[in-house]
Formats: sequence, structure tokens, C-alpha cells
Amino acid sequence: MTISGSDMSVESVVRRVVADHRDQRGALLPVLHAVQAELGHVPQEAIPVLADELNLSRADVHGVVTFYHDFRREPAGRTTVRICRAEACQALGADRLVSYARESGLTLGETSADGSVTVEQVFCLGNCALGPAVEANGRLYGRVGPARLGSLLNGTPNETLDGTVSA
Amino acid sequence: MNNSSHTAATVYVPRDSAARSVGADEVAGALQRAATRGDFAIDVVRNGSRGMLWLEPMVEVVTPQGRVGYGPVTAEDVDGLLAAGLLDGADHPLRLGLVDELPWLARQTRVTFARVGVTDPLSTRDYVEHGGLAGLRAALDMTPADVVAEVTESGLRGRGGAGFPAGIKWNTVLGCADELKFVCCNADEGDSGTFADRMVMEGDPFLLIEGMTIASHAVGASEGYLYIRSEYPDAIATMREAIEIAREHGWLGKGILGSALDFDLHVRVGAGAYICGEETSMLESLEGKRGTVRAKPPIPAIEGLFGKPTVVNNVLTLTTVPVVLAKGAKAYQDLGVGRSRGTQVFQLGGNIARGGIVETAFGITLRELVEDYGGGTRTGRPLRTAQVGGPLGAYLPTSMFDLPMDYEAFAEAGAMLGHGGIVVFDDSVDMAAQARFAMEFCAEESCGKCTPCRVGSVRGVEVIDKIVAGTHRDENLALLEDLCDLMTDGSLCAMGGLTPMPVRSALTHFPDDFLGGRRLLDIQPVQASRPIQPVQVSQPVQASGVRTEGTA
Ligand SMILES: Cc1cc2nc3c(=O)[nH]c(=O)nc-3n(C[C@H](O)[C@H](O)[C@H](O)COP(=O)(O)O)c2cc1C
Ligand code: SF4
Ligand code: FES
Repeated sequence: MTISGSDMSVESVVRRVVADHRDQRGALLPVLHAVQAELGHVPQEAIPVLADELNLSRADVHGVVTFYHDFRREPAGRTTVRICRAEACQALGADRLVSYARESGLTLGETSADGSVTVEQVFCLGNCALGPAVEANGRLYGRVGPARLGSLLNGTPNETLDGTVSA
Repeated sequence: MNNSSHTAATVYVPRDSAARSVGADEVAGALQRAATRGDFAIDVVRNGSRGMLWLEPMVEVVTPQGRVGYGPVTAEDVDGLLAAGLLDGADHPLRLGLVDELPWLARQTRVTFARVGVTDPLSTRDYVEHGGLAGLRAALDMTPADVVAEVTESGLRGRGGAGFPAGIKWNTVLGCADELKFVCCNADEGDSGTFADRMVMEGDPFLLIEGMTIASHAVGASEGYLYIRSEYPDAIATMREAIEIAREHGWLGKGILGSALDFDLHVRVGAGAYICGEETSMLESLEGKRGTVRAKPPIPAIEGLFGKPTVVNNVLTLTTVPVVLAKGAKAYQDLGVGRSRGTQVFQLGGNIARGGIVETAFGITLRELVEDYGGGTRTGRPLRTAQVGGPLGAYLPTSMFDLPMDYEAFAEAGAMLGHGGIVVFDDSVDMAAQARFAMEFCAEESCGKCTPCRVGSVRGVEVIDKIVAGTHRDENLALLEDLCDLMTDGSLCAMGGLTPMPVRSALTHFPDDFLGGRRLLDIQPVQASRPIQPVQVSQPVQASGVRTEGTA
């Protein structure tokens, strides 16, 4: 493990991100989003650097990182799929999608062993009239059935709604 | 003669994320390719959605008669549609007719959503041509106190759930002497079944900017924050772009529209915590902290963001303000019933044939919304229940569908209107599972500050499991009742305080589901099931036992 190497890069990224947000009030959340956007997650090594830069205690920073569902402590898979499990999607069978993911050997909240896909639950994507809704790599999908979920989990989202592959 | 032989035809394809979720980008791409090939002269404009979401992607073509709609269109339909004469509004199995005359839309009273789906959301020209800025210009000609008075007089109540009168809150902030004050827009829209905030941000972003700017003038605030949940990337991008454009046009910044008003606006992105929709938790989050709820008082209007006087309003509240100022308080106040004035943007979702946005005056019944507009269930099975007002709202049986949509009538019936989301279920729903989910959701999303909420909800899940399994059923039903009482009375905010509402409504109206199908007549429903009187619209407003959150 090249701990010192990765520490260095984490540290420099964090210091640069904080500098970019210097003029913002209460900047910790925007900073964490930016760190995660660059590094894919908020690594443990980032916490003391953030505490130092923002003049907070490590406990404060740690408390914030762990409070919010969005901030990852570990890198995600190459594809991230989030299945909406809130009421409007439940009414159209969101549970079937969750079961499908489970039957494919995936666990909600975890990354597959080969690192290809992370499946998570989410409560409402604002697509409640066109459920079940699923988000894959930041893109929203409506009226998702198991077949469609399968292609999203496989990282082949470019199949159009009738199954053909679009340009 | 057809359109394709002379000037380019204007074709609208929504950029709304719901439309995109079912292929709008692919449709726009197919139209663009046909244009690039030179087969047809097409000017593709990406509009917001008209809110007839079951018809998305809905394509509209401008004809001399008006805008003709086609939908739902897939990318594969595009060549056939073009060949059939789409650009002239010609006949086709997907042709819907003149969009403005479609009964679903024509019956609505679009006030807040007047421009959504009609215009290009980021076109300042479209915005102004369709009445944009009229409210802000009117407000800038008035003193702050007069603006506050106008908003108060309109009867506009907060659309975020609690229904607190907007003008009264503003007046409190106006009355504070502080140099620095803030306007914060709550765009956390975490309630399942709600998407109106998202649609107006994606479909008419300048309207929200205009509303926040009017609020800043009214209360003397110089800085605004727009807190948008991270689950809404398109709304975030659209709002950021609109704010940039507004700055370039002098609609934000120093000396807005040539007046003395200075106001600037910043987008902040949430991080996946439902509780951050609660206003004090949102303020903590904006300050860069964990989103734990603050005790009130002090109210945010007096000690809000960074301890300064702060207006916190929902997106729909703030996007309605420009209309109130442009058209006058009276015009708005003339709509509605009782103390629920104006229009509400109802959102139909879940298992519903025709889901989407219905903006109409308060007082319409739930049945009209679910059956007339919504067309019943999508699966075609019998309707069983609708949950109104998000995850903390009640499940209502069809026997209560004649309730008018009115804050007080709902409170009276042990339910709440909340943010106007209506989630429909067919007869396959297991209400014990829904009650269990309400507890599970609370356990998952509790900010953790108070025990009744943090621990009570976990216990709630266990107790419901025991009831359903038939383990000491009577004792556990009594325990669930105690637990609900404790959560209602002992929680700091409505997360813990209202989670019992869906649970109790499920138990009261659908007791069989908890009893393995047995009808146990000797079991008392948890909440002494008050007979539900048909609520008279004229009935005097009464404080109900139901807790609604937020005081200012
Ligand atoms: C658990 C909880 C979640 C809430 N979520 C939201 C929300 O997502 N959006 C919103 O506008 N208000 C939400 N509220 C209501 C806010 O606390 C507050 O009343 C509202 O933002 C005030 O604006 P309004 O008066 O314009 O409605 C929530 C309240 C609670 C208790
Ligand atoms: S009721 Fe729940 S969410 Fe609200 S303050 Fe208490 S613990 Fe936090
Ligand atoms: S409940 Fe699934 S998108 Fe809203």
C-alpha cells in the first residue's frame, strides 16, 4: 500500500478544494461534495486536513461526513445504481426491483466483489408519476422493469426503451 | 405545401427530468438527426414539461392553429411521425390535438405553473414575453412594508407543508433591525410523491429567482440561498445556469433592474438527508453542520441562518409570490376555499393511470383528482388508498375521497395536505407493510436528537412485525398505540411527531391487513376511529389535535 503517496494526493486535493471555496459561508458541505467529485469518496485521510483547513475539530468533520447519506467512505463501483424505495415507487413494484437486485447477488448499500457495480436504495427521485424510478450513474430512468434494471446493473444503459441500442 | 419546404418548424421536446427518464433526449436527438440530414427543417426547443407525465415524452409542434401535441413518443416513432406530417400537425395515432385544449390541462388554473412547459426555461426573452418580471417590477415600485402587506392579504400560505401564512413570516423578518438578513429557499422536496418543486425549477427557473428577489426586497435581505436536494441534478444545473444568466441581465446583483436593490443568490446542494427539509435542519446544513433539528424558539425569522433573521420558504411559496404581485392580492385570494386561498399544485403519483401536475384552486376533492384527472390506477385494479402529503401523511380509504383539498378539512379528518403530493395504491397494497415502512423510514432518516423518534421508530418496526406475526397481538397493538402517543407528544419536530399519522391511518382504516386477514371485531382500532364527517367547506376553522409543524 502506498499510503504516504495517496495521503499526499488526498491532502493536496483537499487543500486546493478548500481554497476554491474560501469565500463561501459554511463551506463544509460544498467542500465535501467537491472532494467526493474528485476522489470518488471522502477518504479517512481527508478528515484531519479538512479539520485543519476549516478550523474545526476532527470530530465535527467526521460527524458531518457520517451524517449525510451521500458521502461515501469507500470508493463506489464503476456503475452506481440507486433504486427508489419510497411510497410512489412501492405502489408500482419497487420491491420487485430490489428482489431482482438481490437475486443477481447484489446487496443494497454494497459494491459487487468485482467492483463493477454499487447498488443503493434512495427515497424518492422526484419521478413519482413514472415509477418505478431508478438512477444510474447520475441519470434518471422511469418505468423501470427488471429487464431494464438488469441492463443498468450490467453497465449497458444505452439500450433504448424497446431494447434496441441507440447511438 | 408543408412546413418542411420553407421556414423551420418549431418542435418542443421537454428537458424535464421526468420526460428525460423515459426517453425525451433520444426523441430530441432523432429529430435533430432528421434536421441535420436535411430531410426536414426543424428547430428543436427544449421546454419544461406540461405536467401530463403519462404522455411523456410529449412532442409539440407549432402550427398556425396552435401547438399540437403527440405522445408518448419514442425515438423510433420519429421518422414515421415526420413522414406522416408531424411538422404540419397532421394526423397520426400519437396525435393528441391542440395542447391547450386538452381537457386535462384546460380545466386547470395554472397560476404558479403558468409558464412551465410553455417556454424555453432558460430564455430570458420567453420569460419576459410571457409575463416574467412583472411581479418584481411592481414590487420594486412599492415599499417593503407594502409588499409584505400585499403578500399577507393574498392569503398565500407556505406550500412546504405547514401552511404558515407567508406574509406574517416576512413581516417578522422585516421588523428585525439587523444589517444582514437572508432569504432561504427550501428546495429539499424530500417527500415521496412530490415533484412540483423540481418541475418548476427545471421548467421556469427565473420565476424562483424573481420570487426570492421580491422576498429580499420585502424583508431587507441581501443574500439568498437555494438549498436543493442532491437527488435533483437537473434542477441544480438549470438553477445554476439561470442564476448566471440573471446576473448577466442585471436581474440579480447590484442595483437590480435599475433600482437600489442589491441581492445575490447561491445554490447549495443537499447530501441525501430527508430531515434537511425541516427548516432548522436545513439551516444547520447550510452552515456546514450535521442536519440536526434546532429547538424553536428562537424562530428562524428572528435567529435563522448564522443567527441572522431569515425567511425560509418553500419553492412553490416563492414561485407564487411574483404572480401575487403582478396580478394583485385580490385576484389570488379570490381562488380557493376557507383559509386555503389560491391554488395548490397537486402532484399525482404512484399507481395512477394519468400521473402529473394538477394546479387548481383549493377545495377540489381527492376523488376528482384521483379519478377524474388521474383515471384511477395504472394497473387497472381497484383503487384502495391514497397517501396524501408525503411519508408523514395519512393513508386515506376511498370512502374518504370526497374530502376537499383544504388544509383545515384535512387536519379535521386526521390527515394533512402537506406539499400536495398524492400517492395512489391499488388493492394489492399491504397496509401493514406500509405502516411498517413509515416507521422504518423514520428510523432511517431521524436526525437522532430525540429518543421518541430515534428509538421509538425502531421499536415501531419490531412491534408491527410482532402484530403481523400474531405474537401477543393485543398487547402489541396496545404497545404500538403507546408508542405512537409517545412519538406524537415527545418529538421535537414533525419527523417523529407525524410518523404516527400514516401508521395510525393504516391501522384505523385497514385493520384487517394487520391481522393476517382476520377481522377481529374485539380489537380497538389504535386511534379511536372518529367517524369521519363529510367536511363542510364553510365549517369554522378549528384547532385539531393533529400536530402540524412549524410556527414561523
Ligand atoms: C421532516 C420534515 C421535512 C420537511 N421537508 C420539507 C421539504 O422538503 N420542503 C419544504 O419546503 N419544507 C419541508 N418541511 C417544512 C419546513 O420545515 C418549513 O416549514 C418550510 O420550509 C417553510 O416554508 P413555507 O412556509 O413556504 O412552506 C419539512 C418539515 C419537516 C418536519
Ligand atoms: S423528531 Fe426526530 S428528526 Fe425531529 S428532532 Fe427529534 S430526532 Fe430529530
Ligand atoms: S417515490 Fe420513487 S421517485 Fe418519488
